[in-house]
Amino acid sequence: MEPSADPVERPFCAWCGAARAEGDHTACERRLATVDPPRHCPVCARRMVVQVDPVGWTARCSRHGESAGTHGFRR
Amino acid sequence: MTAVDPSTTPQDAGGDILAVAREQVLERGEGLSQEQVLAVLQLPTERLEEALGLAHEVRMRHCGPEVEVEGIVSLKTGGCPEDCHFCSQSGLFDSPVRAAWLDVDRLVEAAKQTAKTGATEFCIVAAVRGPDAKLMEQVRAGIAAIRAEVDINVACSLGMLTQEQVDELAAMGVHRYNHNLETARSHFPEVVTTHSWEERWETLQMVRAAGMEVCCGGIVGMGETLEQRAEFAVQLAELEPDEVPLNFLIPNPGTPFAHLEVPQGADALMTVAAFRLALPRTVLRFAGGRELTLGDLGAEQGMLGGVNAIIVGNYLTNLGRPAEQDLDMLETLKMPIKALNDTL
Repeated sequence: MEPSADPVERPFCAWCGAARAEGDHTACERRLATVDPPRHCPVCARRMVVQVDPVGWTARCSRHGESAGTHGFRR
Repeated sequence: MTAVDPSTTPQDAGGDILAVAREQVLERGEGLSQEQVLAVLQLPTERLEEALGLAHEVRMRHCGPEVEVEGIVSLKTGGCPEDCHFCSQSGLFDSPVRAAWLDVDRLVEAAKQTAKTGATEFCIVAAVRGPDAKLMEQVRAGIAAIRAEVDINVACSLGMLTQEQVDELAAMGVHRYNHNLETARSHFPEVVTTHSWEERWETLQMVRAAGMEVCCGGIVGMGETLEQRAEFAVQLAELEPDEVPLNFLIPNPGTPFAHLEVPQGADALMTVAAFRLALPRTVLRFAGGRELTLGDLGAEQGMLGGVNAIIVGNYLTNLGRPAEQDLDMLETLKMPIKALNDTL
């Protein structure tokens, strides 16, 4: 599942878990685009259980299920 | 750490350090001393290209053109009782990384993904102080399953070991064991307080005595001085590891090192060159953090500056460049990938 960019459906930063509407998330986005998988659910900000493997990652939110991706993560 | 004024270019008693290194390291194959490594680390940025060029010559002369490719995966993520200040997997820090276990099927799949890249090494890693019975059983099952389906050398990184565990891993056919000293002995207490540098050293000695290859490196940019970086290079040389993985700090949220800056590219590359000149025959591997510190161009400079091995794909909790991008880079640089039965 490639997370939607819709800020209403996914109001939280997947890197720091804070509201995307608040503060500057430029550094968070850079990390997500280069070296980090999502750590927080973009829907509810819960910390997710993340597994990184050689070619991708899976991230599971206890409320909103599993998402997966390859290199880099675009909100 | 920044470059120094060129007017204060370090010289040692034998003359310019790169001229000395050319004769001592390239021609005679003798690694630099601590004082000499420090002199290289203190070279001004305008001499970086020259240092990298010499390091590349040393690598080509003493190791050859082949590049060893490796993939790694985290078997057990997070929840570690140790306090390694760089690590997002410590259970002692308020890190966003949550605990997770990889099952055997996914472990085998990860090994297959790695083998498809042409890699000859696949390293199974666990965030632990040392393995307990459950982890050893999982490793045993995982290695057996990988050996049944994938033609690749299996390495492990499971923390500090007992002699019994060393013997078990050797009997399982583990080809290489990774246990990083992480930093200079004098800096280690600023990085880890829950165990000592000497405990790590002891594990490495047992690993070597059991016949497994020793993989031991560290992380650049954890607040160490240049003197301590030089100290670390020479301590690694004393260990005589088969492989040295060089990581560059990724400041991870929630860790005590979250506030540190990502190492600067030129500083990191000079470190690469200096480590090659201290370790002329070792497999010197680019590991985590190069994406932030060096970017694409810096990675190429490093491959032309003494590095002769890379981790491709993702790391344990961080993402790397796509493997194809690194393989394309090696093709462009005309560096052949080491075959499974070759030795560097």
